[in-house]
Amino acid sequence: MARFVVRRLIQMVLVMFAVSILTFLIFNVIPNGDPAVRMAGRQPTETQIEAIRKEWGFDENIFVQYFTTMKKVFTGDLQSYFTQLPVGEEILKGLPRTLSLAIGAAILWMLVAIAFGLYSAVKAGKFADRFLTIIALIGISMPVFWIGALMNYYLGFKLGIFPNGGYVEFTEDPIDWFYHLILPWTALAILFIGFYSRVLRSNVLDTINEDYVRTARAKGLSERQIMLRHVLRNSMIPIITLWGLDFGAVLGGGAILTETVFDLQGVGQYAADSIGQLDVPPVLAVTLFAAFFIVLLNAIVDIIYAYLDPRIRLQ
Amino acid sequence: MSAPEPAAPTPSDAALLDVDELRVSFATEEGVVQAVDGVTFELRAGEVLAVVGESGSGKSVTAMTLMGLTRSPNARFEGAARYKGTELIGASEDELRRIRGAEIAMIFQDPMTSLNPVQRIGEQIVEQIQEHEGVPDQQARERTVELLDRVGIPRARERVDNYPFEFSGGMRQRVMIALALSCSPSVLIADEPTTALDVTIQAQILHRIRELREETGAAVILVTHDLGVVADIADRIAVMYAGRIVEQGTLDQIFYDPQHPYTWGLLGSITRVDKPRPERLPAIPGLPPSLADRPEGCHFRPRCPYEFAECSKVPPLEARVGGRSAHLDRCWLSVEEKRDQREIRPGEIGLSAAEGTAA
Repeated sequence: MARFVVRRLIQMVLVMFAVSILTFLIFNVIPNGDPAVRMAGRQPTETQIEAIRKEWGFDENIFVQYFTTMKKVFTGDLQSYFTQLPVGEEILKGLPRTLSLAIGAAILWMLVAIAFGLYSAVKAGKFADRFLTIIALIGISMPVFWIGALMNYYLGFKLGIFPNGGYVEFTEDPIDWFYHLILPWTALAILFIGFYSRVLRSNVLDTINEDYVRTARAKGLSERQIMLRHVLRNSMIPIITLWGLDFGAVLGGGAILTETVFDLQGVGQYAADSIGQLDVPPVLAVTLFAAFFIVLLNAIVDIIYAYLDPRIRLQ
Repeated sequence: MSAPEPAAPTPSDAALLDVDELRVSFATEEGVVQAVDGVTFELRAGEVLAVVGESGSGKSVTAMTLMGLTRSPNARFEGAARYKGTELIGASEDELRRIRGAEIAMIFQDPMTSLNPVQRIGEQIVEQIQEHEGVPDQQARERTVELLDRVGIPRARERVDNYPFEFSGGMRQRVMIALALSCSPSVLIADEPTTALDVTIQAQILHRIRELREETGAAVILVTHDLGVVADIADRIAVMYAGRIVEQGTLDQIFYDPQHPYTWGLLGSITRVDKPRPERLPAIPGLPPSLADRPEGCHFRPRCPYEFAECSKVPPLEARVGGRSAHLDRCWLSVEEKRDQREIRPGEIGLSAAEGTAA
């Protein structure tokens, strides 16, 4: 286990290093990306731009720029070029919102997908299976910005059953927090439910024909026990892989569309706004933050693997 | 009747399992496959019945049908199979569940895939014990350790918590046997239990099954394609071909006075270490028929060198040898003709056309 943790930590450092270099370089070669010009406001004089360049160190060699920026990442001094606000604080402000969205949605989509996938497999070929197949395809085909907007408009604005976007701190009012998150969770989960339930259905149908499932039946177990103890556990591994990647991405601010549609002001929305302004420091920080979560979730997935399948050893 | 008959039937003579005209067919894309076609046999307490035949002769399907393991939307069943008076073929899933594992238990062919790879072997046995007997965890575990010890797993107390991948094939088959015996079933069905194992392990496993039969008094149905395997262990043999039993009798009857040409062929195909090695392995020419498209009449007809006009009618399974009510076969040849045609070399029986002719 200790070796596993050390290896994963080393991997994390390498991934984040590579991600930081790529992000930094990309923003350096983007046309019209010169931050000094953009920071100087409308119709600046050449001297003004030059002054900004000097002040922010944009005239330095690119390696030096990278190192000073990265140093600021670690000391927490990183500032937005345009708003001049500290990036760390902005991310921390968005973090509980993104965490609330990601954790709730990930639990929701996993549970519902397991239920749908299992039920579909048990009823394979029957009406219930065909019905769920169509529902899943609809779920996969609907973009979140569209389904989210529809939900907001009809359920939020027209009928007033749900709040029309926005976020309430959990510490302030847990019930209102939950209430505000129902629509975002659902909108984000729909796509994943469709996808995951299809994958699980086919895994279950493969596993059902395994010899050990026949053994379980020959032992006199009920269909329910056979499904839950023998089939499901062996069918979960591919789903867990997907779940780790997707959950990591959503935690790292990947649910940009959902956050924007429901105006959650989370990390994803912050990243989206910063990208629009070609504001390198926040983008860099959010990217590192996302990479951190993806590597972390992958390590967690490996631990779940080892639990689900004892033939897999952590090393 | 004043004096009691000396050979009054003892309880063990009453059939434990009574299979009557069992038919199983599956609807497939190639048409209806008649996997089992009118199989009739009895199994008495404590006896070992070997069901022998080539791949695809319906022996495994017969065995699995008894436990309701072949049920599927495209399977059709006819006939009857009674276990201690309970009808198995039409039984509800709940009725069957009470019998599976507790009354009739099964050992499967491939021990490498028949155990759940992600569950400790002890848990897999405990699960069955608790399903049927609801004993506390600790007690079920103790019994599991004893069972593993009894089937010959060394250091059973430690190994009970191992996973299947930590066992060899032979050891896994022992675990399967322990699992099958865990609720003291009256009938043990062993479906080619040694096919996937190497030869030295085969002997050990068969030996173990025989010992356990003696200890527990369970009746055994041993499904195999290898007549050599049954010589040691079977009391009675049923030979199956293309979904039908073609000959049935005691071990001695089948080995020393076989009536059906197919049985001759099977007996001729046994390679023996105590005989000079033949140039090529003797084999029955031709292939078994497709179960979706079987020949009219006797199914063995196309491969049989003694085929004659009568063979286009289905021969009934009946006692044809005088004085032997338990020796049944399905062949139109007269008993005398069979005695003449059957090729018997010293200590060996074969199908005369089997040698020299290419398949």
